Amino acid sequence: MSAQGWRDLTPGAVVLDAGNAREVKTGTWRTLSKPVLKEENCSNCMLCWLFCPDMAVIVKDGKMVGFDYDYCKGCGICAFECPGKKGQKAIVMEEEKK
Amino acid sequence: MARVAAVTGNEAVAEALRQINPDVCAAYPITPQTELMQRFSSFVSNGKVDTEIILVESEHSAMSACVGAAAAGGRVATATCGPGLALMWEMLYVASGMRLPIVMAVVNRSLSAPLNIHGDHSDAMGARDSGWIQLWSENVQEAYDNTIQAFRIAEHLDIRLPAMVCMDGFIISHSIARIDYLEDDPVKNFVAEYKPVHPLLDLDNPKSFGPLILTDKYHEYKRAQHEVMTRVKDVVLAVAAEFEKMSGRKYELFETYRLDDAEIGLVILNSAAGTAKDVVDSFRERGVKAGLLKPRLFRPFPYEEYAQALKDLKAVAVLDRADSFGGYGPVFMEVCSALYPLAKRPVAINKIYGLGGRDFLPQHAAEVFTELEAIARTGRVKITKEYIGVRE
Repeated sequence: MSAQGWRDLTPGAVVLDAGNAREVKTGTWRTLSKPVLKEENCSNCMLCWLFCPDMAVIVKDGKMVGFDYDYCKGCGICAFECPGKKGQKAIVMEEEKK
Repeated sequence: MARVAAVTGNEAVAEALRQINPDVCAAYPITPQTELMQRFSSFVSNGKVDTEIILVESEHSAMSACVGAAAAGGRVATATCGPGLALMWEMLYVASGMRLPIVMAVVNRSLSAPLNIHGDHSDAMGARDSGWIQLWSENVQEAYDNTIQAFRIAEHLDIRLPAMVCMDGFIISHSIARIDYLEDDPVKNFVAEYKPVHPLLDLDNPKSFGPLILTDKYHEYKRAQHEVMTRVKDVVLAVAAEFEKMSGRKYELFETYRLDDAEIGLVILNSAAGTAKDVVDSFRERGVKAGLLKPRLFRPFPYEEYAQALKDLKAVAVLDRADSFGGYGPVFMEVCSALYPLAKRPVAINKIYGLGGRDFLPQHAAEVFTELEAIARTGRVKITKEYIGVRE
């Protein structure tokens, strides 16, 4: 990570730049599979957005429109929680091609 | 204008806290500190201060609440002793690592087992490496004066570190002695209004305290913490000089007593130093060049200044009211570290005394001086670390 020397640190390790989680791209941790949106089964209930431990769910105008994979660790919580429509999930985990 | 009174050490420190009027105080009662916070609680109940008192279920929680309140941006004080300080251990390091200038009175008490409530320095010596500034006090007056100065030192913008003010349990905390109190206004002006750095309650500038710092930067943060400590002694002296202008009472990094031309000397902390000074006088009357050094600022430890003060002695005895089982006493280790770089240095011995409140009597100091006379004459040490005042 950074090569900051001890003289340049904020006293007491206080984090002053709010929202700096954006700089940590947890998507690099993803290994096995990633969530994929099946729009036809999505009711925009926002449970995926609520449960996502990072900020991988992209919401525009009150609608779930897809994933920002830079912040997706591939944990699968969104797919697990997704109620979908008529028994069909709107989020499914797909194996990633390396 | 001074107010002369007869008070216990606990009463004196509670009075200092009343005059300072901290924003928040979280404490848990433990003998012999209980009276201190009990008296301060009365000030809160009677509207003499605006302090928010937080009642907690343990010392760990007390220090946790202090850390939270200090991070929020408040001026925070607390007090504890012995096992209470031991239970705070984890949070002591959090307070210093987060650079929160909490001031804590430590009424020195022994640690269990066996269970003992009396005066002994094992508690604060154990907290030696916690990153807190430590000021030690011989008597009621010094406990009061050090408490007032501790706020200025801890809160200094070059420092921002927590500070503990130590005084001997029961011997000082519960014994009534003469004190010159300062008036309220000069004390309030001296400590001045507290200006927090990065307070959490500054909602327009959101921030986080206590992040996870792994191998990438932890080493650097600890290096930075040491650097802050190296600035403390200059601030301690500057604050002392200002305090002297206000009070007429002089404080330094340590006190020397008839040490300038001394050939043999004692290094001894807190209340026992008062007893030992009388013995220095009686040896001086017999023509023996005896002297004494009483530490005040123990953390950070001013090594160069100790070396300068002690370098011309032929023999020095460091008396510790705390032990390191299987090691030397904590003050002895520091003094030896200070002396080692000198090409010519005094012979040094270590005596452990007064554990668990055992009285330190003039005869104990006299025995040590007599032994030092022989060492100064012959240069020979029989045993480096010994217990004094112990029944065989």
